[in-house]
Amino acid sequence: MDGSPSAAGPAGPGSPDHEDGSRRGPAHGVLSGLSLRVRYLVRRAEHAPPPPGPFRPGFWRSPLRGPWLTSVFGLVLLIGIPLMFVTGMLSYASYNPDLGRLNDQTPGKGVLGFYLFAWPTHPYWLYRLTQGVHVTLGVVLVPVLLAKLWSVIPKLFTWPPARSLAHALERLSLLLLVGGVIFEFVTGIVNIQLFYVFPGSFYTLHFYGAWVFIAAFVVHVCLKVGRMVGALRSRSLMAELRTPLARTRPEPPDPDGLVPADPAPPTMTRRGVLAMVGGGSLLLLLVTAGQSIGGLLRNTALLAPHNREPGSGPNGFQINKTAASVGVTPAHVGPDWRLEIHGAGPAHVFTRAQLLAMPQHTASLPIACVEGWSTTDQLWSGLRLADLAALAGLPDAGSVLVESVQPPGPYASVLLRGNQIRDPRSLLALRVNGADLSLDHGFPARIIVPANPGVNNTKWVRRLTFRSWP
Amino acid sequence: MSRFVRWYGSSPLHLLVLIASFALTGYAMVRLFALRPLGVVLWFVGAAVVHDLILLPLYSLVDRSAQAVLRHRAPRMPCPPWINHLRVPAFLSGVLLLVWFPLVFALSRPYPEATGLPIDVYLGRWLALTAVLFLASAVAFAVRLRRLRHTDGAGEGRPAPGHGAGP
Repeated sequence: MDGSPSAAGPAGPGSPDHEDGSRRGPAHGVLSGLSLRVRYLVRRAEHAPPPPGPFRPGFWRSPLRGPWLTSVFGLVLLIGIPLMFVTGMLSYASYNPDLGRLNDQTPGKGVLGFYLFAWPTHPYWLYRLTQGVHVTLGVVLVPVLLAKLWSVIPKLFTWPPARSLAHALERLSLLLLVGGVIFEFVTGIVNIQLFYVFPGSFYTLHFYGAWVFIAAFVVHVCLKVGRMVGALRSRSLMAELRTPLARTRPEPPDPDGLVPADPAPPTMTRRGVLAMVGGGSLLLLLVTAGQSIGGLLRNTALLAPHNREPGSGPNGFQINKTAASVGVTPAHVGPDWRLEIHGAGPAHVFTRAQLLAMPQHTASLPIACVEGWSTTDQLWSGLRLADLAALAGLPDAGSVLVESVQPPGPYASVLLRGNQIRDPRSLLALRVNGADLSLDHGFPARIIVPANPGVNNTKWVRRLTFRSWP
Repeated sequence: MSRFVRWYGSSPLHLLVLIASFALTGYAMVRLFALRPLGVVLWFVGAAVVHDLILLPLYSLVDRSAQAVLRHRAPRMPCPPWINHLRVPAFLSGVLLLVWFPLVFALSRPYPEATGLPIDVYLGRWLALTAVLFLASAVAFAVRLRRLRHTDGAGEGRPAPGHGAGP
């Protein structure tokens, strides 16, 4: 039965309880009086019968609920969630938010940006990997998360609602944990489908939400990891995988009250539950991962947002935002288009023909989006950013401001860092896969930098301003 | 120490860890709530409420109802446990929908123009996947039914074979 505190401690409310009247100051007396009163109320609530329905121990009847099953799902999340947190924080760093406001959607981050570093350009597929893992793993963990929450639902209706101050605080932390994890999964999953229903900027909500969630997650792990290890040791996974329905029994009663007091006959084995949940994850992996792997596998991502090529030919690969969707028209990039280059000396102005007449370089690089999808390597050709920096009189430029003809909006201009400028594969691309860039891929000229998040590879570039400082 | 434990309900370490956590939460929440506090609170608490008090009770109820309704249709012949042949494809189809419903129901208005891809393929694909899942489950059930009746017919009087559930 559900009688002991969920907070592990040397003594709980069930321990013998006698008043110690010696050596108390006045403040202590007040506290003690208060504590007595609280304990009296708790005692009364404990002796009062719980309200009917889910608060009664007999309400929850699944014979499979128990610490072992919960711990199996918990272990998967204990591996998956930190991986998602780390890849998420890397994604924030990859925008180089410390370069300036243009790159930073959360300028008020304060100490939460303590770990930021210059995002590297090696290996060139770094962002493709980290963000592909972040998004795909998030989708794949949904069934495990649902199963974990299902397995502990009786705890939501625990009676009395708070047995002690410790229990009350822990339950408040659990609200942040459950609210936080669902908030993070939902905002992430609807954002990759461009379903912008959340209250504010995705970056702000998902970034600060992640910190709220992880604070509660760390507490939860600290308080429960011992119990998880114990529960996992209580049964052998291999034995469970061989146990048929006829021999499926409830776990022995546990102090947390997960095991039902009045179990129904089982309709499913534990291996059946694990197979169903694992099957759900596998199915989601199959219909999602192809959008990050690309090539022929893209077609297997049946339900993923970027599962088909929008066109054919050299410019047929994935588009994040078409020209039309951000208000770029052919008139913006017609014969009057010029590229301005600013730096230490006087400004330079070039037509596209002049740019094409300069020595061209090539680089084979993917487009990788914060939404998790990416393309295989495309063969870009154009001018090295390092050469343009030298042309501007700043061969050791610390940063460059890239401005697009795109009307003002998010990522119409971005800042790139010195290490990105100096990588010989970083280009102001004019052509891709042997053809001129299409309008949707940034004609007349776009940025392409190894390992850079997609939106920082600015399209329809009109001005580059090299600066000596980062 | 023991007085603290009696007063608080757990060890001081428990309290310290929680206070540290709440401090970080507070720091992030001030920033999270900076722009639209009401909307964010509604989303945060709403997320837990919608899952715990709507989605979970709803699917539990559907599961219980399916069992209750179909239990009364007593089979005339021996029948292997069938509920999982309904439960598993419904769960799989359900998680696909839960994750991809904005595309399946074409709710994402910016999608077609932003990506240059039509959005109307998803409903058909999800329905097709659902059909395949239920069909595969039906085939598996038919195979088990056939095997069961074969053994029953061959070995009259033998105890029924113990059958494992699950996919």
